[in-house]
Amino acid sequence: MDFTFSEDQLLFQQTVRDFLVSEVTPQRIRASWETDSGRDPKLWDQLTEMGLVGMTAPETWGGLGLSELDFVLLARECGYVALPEPLVHTALVAVPMLGALGGELAQRWLPAIAAGEATVIVGLEQNLLLEDAHRADLLLIQRGDALYALNPEQCKLRHNESVDPSRKLYAVEICDSAEPISTGAPVQAFTTAALNRGALGCAAQALGLAQRMVDLSVQYTTDRNQFGKPIGSFQAVKHHMANIAVRLEYAGAPVARAAYSIANSEPGASRHVSHAKLVACEAASLAAKNCIQVHGAMGYTWEVDLHIYMKKAWALNNTWGDAGFHKNRVSSWIFSPDAKLGAGSTFPSGA
Amino acid sequence: MNLAYTRQQSAFREEVRSWLAAHVPTEALQSFDTEAGFTQHREWEATLNEGRWGMVTWPEELGGRSCDLIEWLIFEEEYYRAGAPARVNQNGIFLLGPTLMEYGSAEQKARILPKMATGEEVWAQGWSEPNAGSDMAAIRATARREGDTYIIDGQKTWSTRAVWADWTFGMFRTDPDSERHRGLTFILVPLNSPGITIRPIPQLNGLPGFAEIFFDRVEVPVSNRLGDEGAGWSVAMATAGFERGLMLRSPARFQQTARRLVELYRANPEVGDSDPAVKDAVLRAYLDAESYCLSTYQTACRLTQGGKIGAESSTNKIFWSELDQAMHATAMSILGARAELLPHAPDAMGVGNWLDGWLFSQSGPIYAGTNEIQRNIIAERMLGMPR
Repeated sequence: MDFTFSEDQLLFQQTVRDFLVSEVTPQRIRASWETDSGRDPKLWDQLTEMGLVGMTAPETWGGLGLSELDFVLLARECGYVALPEPLVHTALVAVPMLGALGGELAQRWLPAIAAGEATVIVGLEQNLLLEDAHRADLLLIQRGDALYALNPEQCKLRHNESVDPSRKLYAVEICDSAEPISTGAPVQAFTTAALNRGALGCAAQALGLAQRMVDLSVQYTTDRNQFGKPIGSFQAVKHHMANIAVRLEYAGAPVARAAYSIANSEPGASRHVSHAKLVACEAASLAAKNCIQVHGAMGYTWEVDLHIYMKKAWALNNTWGDAGFHKNRVSSWIFSPDAKLGAGSTFPSGA
Repeated sequence: MNLAYTRQQSAFREEVRSWLAAHVPTEALQSFDTEAGFTQHREWEATLNEGRWGMVTWPEELGGRSCDLIEWLIFEEEYYRAGAPARVNQNGIFLLGPTLMEYGSAEQKARILPKMATGEEVWAQGWSEPNAGSDMAAIRATARREGDTYIIDGQKTWSTRAVWADWTFGMFRTDPDSERHRGLTFILVPLNSPGITIRPIPQLNGLPGFAEIFFDRVEVPVSNRLGDEGAGWSVAMATAGFERGLMLRSPARFQQTARRLVELYRANPEVGDSDPAVKDAVLRAYLDAESYCLSTYQTACRLTQGGKIGAESSTNKIFWSELDQAMHATAMSILGARAELLPHAPDAMGVGNWLDGWLFSQSGPIYAGTNEIQRNIIAERMLGMPR
């Protein structure tokens, strides 16, 4: 039993965090809102050079051969800076899906992804709209029990504006001529795996987003004076922040366990992911609610950076399965007759 | 990261399980807040100690097994699964015991710990005073030094288990000119000392789970002081740290409650039809109990690898106490009109002991430092907000 991340994993997290915090500033995010694509090719090149884009791809295909467990701490840091680029999607969803599909698709696209030359976007029916479809060189789209691998010419994209200007969302219409690459039971397996990975990415980013909102608010309430003292010295304000800290503290371990379960193909992986997404997104939603409150009117402005993180947290809450979907996955298990519950039931070889 | 138990850990679990299966009383003991129940629980402590299961984390020479925190968690899981009796000497073994090991002299350890282990001496805590509750530094009870003796005067209150316990520990003001945190000394006091009056205080369930203790020129030898004179505050903070930290409430307890709640819901499915929020609350109970378990294992692993516990441990008490309250509130909703019935009432079929748990859950956000005080600590020490 060792529920800790390795020194290497923690060191990698620190390195990526330092890079992201210095490079992906609120100013740079705001600048990206003014561009057509909303994306920053230079930043993508930097992420590629660090090996992050292809890190979950096998080494034979230009990746680092690392696992979901290695990436989950980095996804948290992507959330901390509200990274607009589709790094979490690429490393946690697209690359593992291509790896699972194998064959020509993997051979053609994985090295290109790892080299920063191509972007692959996965779209499940679960998600109404696809983020970053406009930048995709290949779209892997699930419809019912069919899976399609489409060039951009094989589908029509319809842009939908999000409340979060960093999110570039598209409805995807598949051309009639397109043929699925797979149908039936295998598609179900691909879909479940992709959904779990996407939801894990949301959960990990939600932790980072919550932490960022807390950090911004601690700073703000320390600087802002009313009644002759910092508003952060008032208990009503402190308790808003402490409530976030409590929920956030207890959301971290479920997210780590979900990553572990995916990486090790544990039988409970799906419900572990749903648990993680529920509690991490709830922590981020609480952070958004309480942090705007302690910012007062400033929190309701476009000028203050809080909304960058708040809006992303709101959006992640309902993508890759909304709360109802994930609650149903967990509750259908806990109310099933063969569920092992209670003390000693948490880890597989326990009671 | 490797989330599987080692072979040794699994073997340890088996050992605990089979011992408990052979020794846990088949008939539930009476509440330890009754005189007869207190005696029964004291005897259970002796039984546990004979099997060397009383304090598994204590060193072997003190009757323990030198278990690490993971083994402790496994022990607790089996203990709660077996429905074993509550620990009447909790104040001693989980709070004072670890403090003694850190601050006590060799003589004190040898004198106090073995009798604590056997349950021969059961401990009450003596933290609060009528005007020193959340503001513990406002303590006024005094200990005046005369040669090798302290003369204690004053009053403690909300002293858990004090009605039938043998000893109490607490802080007393040894420097009459001192203020706040300074000038306090941590002293151990036999409750049968001349000059002590104990007045039981009935709790919500009508039983005297705590008491007021009045000290009128109570003489205690200086050898009963723990730590240096005037250093009581830092000794007490270590004790309170154990209380709020990892070891006061192990996840197993709440996971068992969550499990019973799922079973209660499944036995009363019509409730979910009339109020869908109940099902959601049951799900939440499971998730939070599971989160608490996962986080505790994570912290335990970090600590066994040499990590330190920090201010984030103050989140712990808020999390479990509010979880406990929420779980019992949900059970009360499911029980509906029967929820208010005492277990022996003729029409109280199927109410189990939820009512008692519901009453006790009201105390969780209050004892061991109110949750409001914990929130202040989190904001100031964990988040760095201004005082």
